[in-house]
Amino acid sequence: MRKWLVALTALPVLASCMGTSGVCAVQMSCGVGPSRTMLTVFAAASLQPAFDKIGARLLTTSNIASTFSYAGTQTLTTQITQGAPADVFASADTAHMATVAGLLEEPSAIFAHNRLEIAVAKGNPKGIHSLADLSRSGLVIVLADPSVPAGKYAQQALAKANVTVHPASLEQQVTGVLSKVALGEADAGIVYVSDIITSGKVDGVAIPDGQNVIADYPIGILKSAQNAAGAKAFVALVLSADGQAILKTAGFEGV
Amino acid sequence: MSRTRSRVPVLIGALAALGLLLFLLPLAGLIVRAPWNQTLAELTDPTTTTALGLSIFCSLTATAIALVLGVPLAMILARTHGTLRNILRALTTLPMVLPPVVGGVALLLAFGRRGLVGSLLYQWFGIQIPFTTAAAVMAETFVAMPFLVIAVEAGLRSLDHRYEEAARSLGAGYWRVLTRVTLPLLRPAIFSGAVLCWARALGEFGATITFAGNFPGRTQTVPIAVYLALETKPEAAITLSLILLVVSVAILVGLRDRWLGV
Repeated sequence: MRKWLVALTALPVLASCMGTSGVCAVQMSCGVGPSRTMLTVFAAASLQPAFDKIGARLLTTSNIASTFSYAGTQTLTTQITQGAPADVFASADTAHMATVAGLLEEPSAIFAHNRLEIAVAKGNPKGIHSLADLSRSGLVIVLADPSVPAGKYAQQALAKANVTVHPASLEQQVTGVLSKVALGEADAGIVYVSDIITSGKVDGVAIPDGQNVIADYPIGILKSAQNAAGAKAFVALVLSADGQAILKTAGFEGV
Repeated sequence: MSRTRSRVPVLIGALAALGLLLFLLPLAGLIVRAPWNQTLAELTDPTTTTALGLSIFCSLTATAIALVLGVPLAMILARTHGTLRNILRALTTLPMVLPPVVGGVALLLAFGRRGLVGSLLYQWFGIQIPFTTAAAVMAETFVAMPFLVIAVEAGLRSLDHRYEEAARSLGAGYWRVLTRVTLPLLRPAIFSGAVLCWARALGEFGATITFAGNFPGRTQTVPIAVYLALETKPEAAITLSLILLVVSVAILVGLRDRWLGV
């Protein structure tokens, strides 16, 4: 019995050793000015190009180092519900944000909009000009899974256009659709305008307003945030003129 | 055996207990949180049955292909020596240590529509492998075949070759010795290798989702269904996980004599 106790008391010692070394590492990276703080941002995969830039901006202006976890919104929502340590959550739809509403510090705010576009290979070799063309036989079409916001929006757009497609694969995040088209494995996929603008490896075919779906992107700070001040600064930057300009360059529509 | 064994220090025991807990607690979580009253409903859900059917088909096909290609590969491996053997061994066992997602990317770059081989298949025959059930089978074979090759090679190396020599001295030709003497002697190794290969194929996720994508009934195997269901229908994810857990335990129990070396 005594032996067990000795072993158990040894564990906190080990843990505290690891803890101190972690602190040292952070302190060493401190320069002059406000001490660097760490921020964890969970963001929809489509936000990566814009948020990477916003994160870099925040590091230079406020010495806040953001770590991003980009994935399908539905994946991030599950992780947050299971207690993943996020400070900020940016979702690609309001439905998923609503499921974590109880975990938010204050109600989320819409910070950007996005539209759908058809991604095709450079030069559009298959001559795809509309959603209706996606139902042609012999085409390999890839969509996001309906559990992913982009997949749900794509379903809505196809329903509006009254088009039935037979996708070859249902990807777990919109960037998966984009990469399958960019790699040449798929002939076309439905992604966001912002994905096509920032990718540079695919061409976009516009979807008319009557068939398109506007995606709303909400952002929120979690109650459990380790770095509440940093989280506030991040959200403020996203909503500021600077942040909105970065989002617009990345193909989003501002608010 | 009368010599008393030295006592194990408490720290070692405690760390071992922690290590064991790391294995035990997740299993306990799965069993405790399982929606037992809904299990039957989840089991008969079309998503579940489709994924199960596809997984069984793909994993058995992958095992069959691994048997046809892997046994000859093991025979060649067992005959080679020196550098050649090391190179062949490294190549065949690479998928065991390679992250499966990397395997999937590699398969895509080789057999994709613009891949090394895939581009020729597409241009000449109009064949496209990614996003098909064939792609799921290929991904599973890629990841699982090494288990069979290693088991059979080990069996071949420990084989008593006097039986083969005796058969040969009595006038049996190569194929007769192979089918009447060598393969029957190898049966335990082939069996345990095939079961491990099948288990690995059944659990394959990374290479499959990367190379074959995800579509119900075509490429959505049980592990992919578990991953997706966790986000939309956690009960279904837990039920499917339990099925894979039961299969894994059954395999361990079934193979305990052959593989665990006790």
